[in-house]
Amino acid sequence: MASAAASEEAVKAAKVLMVGAGGIGCELLKTLALSGFSDIHIIDLDTIEVSNLNRQFLFRKSHVGQSKAHVARDAILKFRPNINIKSYHANVKDSEFNVDFFKQFNVVMNGLDNLDARRHVNRLCLAAEVPLVESGTTGFLGQVTVHVKGKTECYECQAKPVPKSYPVCTITSTPSKFVHCIVWAKDLLFAKLFGDKNQDNDLNVHSKDDSSSNSDVFKRDADEDLDQYARRIYDHVFGYNIEAALDNEETWKNRKRPHPIYIRDALPEEALKQNGSSGGCNKEHEEPSAMASLGLTNPQEIWTLAENSRVFMEAFKLFFEKREKEIGSLIFDKDDQLAVEFVTTAANIRAYSFGIPLHSLFEAKGVAGNIVHAVATTNAIIAGLIVIEAIKVLRGDYKNYRMTFCLEHPTRKMLLMPVEPFEPNKSCYVCSETPLLLDVNTKETKLREVIDKIIKSKLGMNLPLVMIGSTLVFEDGDGLDEDEAANYALNLDKVLAELPAPVINGTKLTVEDFQQELSCSINIKHREEFDEEKEPDGMVLSGWSAPVEKQVNSNGENKSESSSSSAHGTDDTVEDISAKPGMKRKLDEISETKENCGASSSAQVVEDNDDLTMLEEDPMLKKKRLQ
Amino acid sequence: MSNSRSSTSNPGWMDLSKYVATLISFFRRLRIRAFRAMGGGDGGGAEEELTAQETALYDRQIRVWGVDAQKRLSKAHVLVCGVNGTTIEFCKNIVLAGVGSLSLMDDHIVTEDDLSANFLIPHDESMYGGRSRADVCCQSLKDFNPMVRVDVAKGDPSLIDGEFIDRFDIIVVSCASLKTKLFINDNCRKRNKHIAFYSIECKDSCGEIFVDLQNHSYVQKKPGVDPKQMELAYPSLQEAIDVPWKSLPKRTTKLHFAMRVLESYELSEGRGPGETSLSDLPAVLARRKDMCDRMSLNESQIPTALLERLLAAGKKEHPPVCAILGGILGQEVIKSISCKGDPIKNFFYFDAADGKGVMEDIPPTPAD
Repeated sequence: MASAAASEEAVKAAKVLMVGAGGIGCELLKTLALSGFSDIHIIDLDTIEVSNLNRQFLFRKSHVGQSKAHVARDAILKFRPNINIKSYHANVKDSEFNVDFFKQFNVVMNGLDNLDARRHVNRLCLAAEVPLVESGTTGFLGQVTVHVKGKTECYECQAKPVPKSYPVCTITSTPSKFVHCIVWAKDLLFAKLFGDKNQDNDLNVHSKDDSSSNSDVFKRDADEDLDQYARRIYDHVFGYNIEAALDNEETWKNRKRPHPIYIRDALPEEALKQNGSSGGCNKEHEEPSAMASLGLTNPQEIWTLAENSRVFMEAFKLFFEKREKEIGSLIFDKDDQLAVEFVTTAANIRAYSFGIPLHSLFEAKGVAGNIVHAVATTNAIIAGLIVIEAIKVLRGDYKNYRMTFCLEHPTRKMLLMPVEPFEPNKSCYVCSETPLLLDVNTKETKLREVIDKIIKSKLGMNLPLVMIGSTLVFEDGDGLDEDEAANYALNLDKVLAELPAPVINGTKLTVEDFQQELSCSINIKHREEFDEEKEPDGMVLSGWSAPVEKQVNSNGENKSESSSSSAHGTDDTVEDISAKPGMKRKLDEISETKENCGASSSAQVVEDNDDLTMLEEDPMLKKKRLQ
Repeated sequence: MSNSRSSTSNPGWMDLSKYVATLISFFRRLRIRAFRAMGGGDGGGAEEELTAQETALYDRQIRVWGVDAQKRLSKAHVLVCGVNGTTIEFCKNIVLAGVGSLSLMDDHIVTEDDLSANFLIPHDESMYGGRSRADVCCQSLKDFNPMVRVDVAKGDPSLIDGEFIDRFDIIVVSCASLKTKLFINDNCRKRNKHIAFYSIECKDSCGEIFVDLQNHSYVQKKPGVDPKQMELAYPSLQEAIDVPWKSLPKRTTKLHFAMRVLESYELSEGRGPGETSLSDLPAVLARRKDMCDRMSLNESQIPTALLERLLAAGKKEHPPVCAILGGILGQEVIKSISCKGDPIKNFFYFDAADGKGVMEDIPPTPAD
């Protein structure tokens, strides 16, 4: 058949880039190789972990710790030695992967795990005018979308979810969900005890018998033995702090009052027994584990208050006994068993105080680590769909481009639902030239805050440059001479109105990222009052597709709710499908389009109206299926 | 049954009695192995906890389907008859997922054609020459997950008997004639034990999955609704394909009818699955007319272009479609083993031309 031959030719001649060699990536590389692609470049920053092996089938246990990109390449070449695969163990945001690098490819395919990298690749593809096939999976759900400059919407034309954040007081004083306790345990308690001491932390550090406001109760006294120290911390955070909070009657008027917990009550009979026993059962070569040294084996089990307290104390002590060197620089990591044990039990003890149901270590780890649920089957299906779209792209068959949703519950009989792609959003600041608007107090806000909170974090720029008229006030990246760098550093700490070119009401900023070849304008509106709860940045950016916050269900089972962590640290899959605000719109529109103009290729299917309840599959409502 | 085989694929063809004798002795050996595989003698109870190793390996998927499903999965035994690009995708998925055991039945000697869609067959002829498809793929599958037992079940799917079938909870059939599929499906239904039957075919850019779970009860979980115990009664393959077309809803996937025409043509001509080409088109169009007349369906419901595509496909599998079908089937088998989630009842179709993956319930379940 002529069309089959044309596809074959297009595939054979194509040079393609895959970003990500994880769950989707392994499947994709295999399917590309089988489908006749013979020039494949692959970038992945990650190394292989045990929890990847249940679906990243190109990897074996012996590969743990090695580069995903390299091992995936070698595995495919074993079976199909005649294709050219070039692997890069690197971050796609590195400067070597610039616009010129992207220009060499006929199509780019993403199998990424975080929003940041997705946005970055989107911008490079737009700048290099290379079509992008984007994808993601969560559990049984998945999606594939096609982004071709000028023909379809870009990846950023629609709002993307950002990790949910919580008001500080919910975390510090009035938790009502398990996830609040996890955030407290991870971002406050764990960070305070084991992390960077210089970081801001909202934990109350004052003890009751402490009149001088300078001393920090979390500091270990010089002559304090470890067990005493552990007990003191336990009593402070679970006992005294709760009691102090109870003093504020106003807070508890409409809330259930929490109960303070002291170690003598949680573990009465073990007042002395625990002393010095820790670590005794841990073999030196093994990763220290409080669970293991206490003989607890089942991470699925929900421990009692006493068990949680015991594991908490043990984990606390193990950090000081076995990992003292790391204290002061630890960052929570879901693959760090001891850290997971500490955070789980701290969250559970706090949950107990507040009458919130306790959770198993397994569940708590999922919440704390923002773990995305992943199975091989969905990744395989999605990879197949990516290749089908990539072949259409290579053939220039743009009338047949589809975005496809892989569903768990069929919608109008469909488990795989293709939808026509949307046109570019005319007010998208990434692929159109619409200016943005920033409300900011120009007399109080420093340039640094605008760069960190707006330009980097909201606009996703990597190495930004800021211009006011023709005056360059800031530039990031290497290659600056000392004078420039010093000058920019000075500017960072100036308030906007005092910059060399003053920023006042009505000023227009030009912000650029050379690597992403993205430039946009921000009109400044001076405003002095901001709502602390609703506008915590003290600035409001509008005129862009503001991210939507994810919903959290009652068990706090959400994969992205940390107050501090970004989409990093998720596993190999997506964050965006779970909150696909566009999905409802898309589904509604497609049903309309179909009914109104039955001219599309799929119009041969007679649609009936009896099952137009499109959103039974609303991925926002359904989270994991854990009992 | 021999008419469907190409002579090159089975060198040293024995006469039937010798063949059967070999088979029987083989089954005897296999039975012992299967007994061991099922935990015979070492008392593997359902209440066992997952090991730390299993919890670490399966962490991400346990978050999807839960611990109980994982335990059930690790006790399920799967037989795959017919090793091709599509079933190998399925095998990869369930081996990774941690099924108890997987047996592969396909004595065909590997040829160069097998390389096009089957990623487990190495490129180098010295590595596959003279070996059966099942044999070559078995080793690689074992490597995917050392906790899963993968073995080769020598023999001919069209001859497997009831006792042999009893070793399995799930049987998947591919690249087999309609006759063989009906035979195996019928056998599954006759056993006292519950054996789920699936058939799967990929014809280039199109694919079909048939599901027979007999009587299946499961827990349905939908967002915002309490979990519900559900019962489904499946028709057999024979019953499903015997359903008069005019009783089917108008919007039934055209691929369903097209596949029935092709199947009927292959059967009456004594062709093996996929042993067709475009030159068969006139005869196939006559068959379409015949069947449409008989069952009062407008011939336009089975477009000639679609039949052309299916005929031209022959035995060719399109790798992305293999991945999609193998993925869907993998999920279905996991659903049926774990008794969690709405299973497909009872056909699934995918066509890369429109990108739809559609379920069909044939005959349609009457609405309450």
